[in-house]
Amino acid sequence: MAELPRPEGGPNAAFPIVEFRRVEKIYGEGESEVRALDGVDMRIDPGEFVSIMGSSGSGKSTAMNMIGCLDVPTSGAYLFRGVNVCNLDQDQRALLRRHFIGFVFQGFNLLARTTALENVELPLIYRRVPAEERRRRALKALDLVGLSSRAGHTSAKLSGGQQQRVAIARALVTEPSLLLADEPTGNLDTARKAEIMELMVQLNREHGITVVMVTHEPDMAEYGTRTIVFRDGKIISGNH
Amino acid sequence: MLWATLIMSLREVRKNALRSFLTMLGIMIGVGAVIAMVTIGEGATQKVRSDVGALGENMLVVSPGAARRGPERTAGNPFQKDDVEAIEREVTGIKALSPTAQSNTTVVVGNQNWPTSVIGVDEGYFEVRGYKIEMGRSFSEVEAASGTPVCIIGKTVRDNLFPGTMPMGQRIRVKQVSCLVVGLLASKGQAAMGGDQDDVVLMPLRAFQRRIAGNNNISSVYLQVEQAELTSSVQAQVEDLMRERRRIQPGAVDDFNVRNMQEIADTMSSVTASMTGLLGGIAAVSLLVGGIGIMNIMLVSVTERTREVGTRLAIGALASEVLLQFLVEAVVLALLGGILGILFGLSLSYAATQSLSLPFVISPGTVAGAFAFSAAVGVIFGYLPARKAARLNPIEALRHE
Repeated sequence: MAELPRPEGGPNAAFPIVEFRRVEKIYGEGESEVRALDGVDMRIDPGEFVSIMGSSGSGKSTAMNMIGCLDVPTSGAYLFRGVNVCNLDQDQRALLRRHFIGFVFQGFNLLARTTALENVELPLIYRRVPAEERRRRALKALDLVGLSSRAGHTSAKLSGGQQQRVAIARALVTEPSLLLADEPTGNLDTARKAEIMELMVQLNREHGITVVMVTHEPDMAEYGTRTIVFRDGKIISGNH
Repeated sequence: MLWATLIMSLREVRKNALRSFLTMLGIMIGVGAVIAMVTIGEGATQKVRSDVGALGENMLVVSPGAARRGPERTAGNPFQKDDVEAIEREVTGIKALSPTAQSNTTVVVGNQNWPTSVIGVDEGYFEVRGYKIEMGRSFSEVEAASGTPVCIIGKTVRDNLFPGTMPMGQRIRVKQVSCLVVGLLASKGQAAMGGDQDDVVLMPLRAFQRRIAGNNNISSVYLQVEQAELTSSVQAQVEDLMRERRRIQPGAVDDFNVRNMQEIADTMSSVTASMTGLLGGIAAVSLLVGGIGIMNIMLVSVTERTREVGTRLAIGALASEVLLQFLVEAVVLALLGGILGILFGLSLSYAATQSLSLPFVISPGTVAGAFAFSAAVGVIFGYLPARKAARLNPIEALRHE
């Protein structure tokens, strides 16, 4: 089995969580070549709540996948807490995600016909947490998002907002350094949007979790402490 | 991890209960067929063995005439007393022996008559054939030596000639000879080939030869070997001895034969065994079909659950863990099918053996084999879909609709 790459320093080290150094990502070749990221420099420090905006095709999704260690740059370097992700293989990147990154998706991506509690336990299974502790921690995470009373409900019996909160609990349960949210409010009505955003702000402020959120809605971006705007594979505003 | 994966897989199987059951059905029928065939075959084999054993344990029968089967069976000269004495003297490993002479004839009591086998025997016959006297007595030495017409009758003869009365002390007429009934044989029941072993009248060989046959011929010699392992050795000794005594040239066909009951049992068992093998082969094909069914449904499942796989990969599952999960799911499906198949096959063969009055023998080896085989089917046919899942790109899988 692959070994977990050890990020530099402790949890409160001075290293940025995310550091892009002239990152390029090129899809295709020759005529059909697409530069999704065109020499991006970017830094996100611990404790920030960064909103990433941009129209479709601007490179924000590519940047998001890269921050989440799902993708690697074509050239340049991406350092996650001081670890150069470019040098890691697929399994090592999976282990980085397992231990340090929580994901929240637009479509919630809860497992069908599975209870809220079981969904939240899922990342702990991959971290080999024993069943009893898994349950305890999952309940605690559900409590944090205000859904402990719905632990036994399957996703079909939960509203969209509740499903997204379960998904946030699933991302939180491993106590990640970074919470990555991809359009987390995209499938929700206005009232639920506010609830979810307030929850994320609370997690950021009270629990010190660094949040990076991709959104195309300026209202949502405003919940963050900083907004980075992408256009044509480059950052046009919001960099340090 | 494996345990958690197993729980997850069972949950997955339960989520799609009907689909899972239909998928298992192929394996279930395949395994059930194998188990049923083998169990019924095993029962039949045991039945044959115990039937042949009932004819007489470790028994050899020496008869005149070539062993060749078919219509042109050449008759040989009957044996004589000195042949039997020579066997007794020169062959080692014999526990008991009896010369016999036999005639199929009708016996009469009053106005009742009954066609049966009348056999002239020595004392050793009871031991060789495993006959026991239920009532009355055996022949005395004097009776045996002097050829007194006394007889011991089997249960079938008694039921037909002496219904409801005590046969002992009464007389039956065999051909022109009046014969005193002194004993009744304990019932042995049907023989393997359907012969009724209780339909018999035994009398001293001497009496039979002198009063019924009118000659000193011996039609067969029954031998019981000390141990089953000595059977072939005794058979060879008897054959050599008889060849010598009957002056058969090397290479010439024997005009006598030694039948080995064990051989008959082996032949019949091997017939059942090859039938079992053939049916087992057919069942293996249905297991193959079942395996393809599992592969098919797993491929569908992987496609359906592409987003789930993407989510799992995003939250930190390794490709190998995704592979393991889908592989375990396939194995769980196959094993559940196998277990259902084992139960199904056993109940089917129980019903069949009961109705055919065969013994019901569970062969643990076959059950374990079926279990292992279904697990193997799960691994083999689950691997391809599992690898497909493990090789998904998380970014594309998450985008999958």
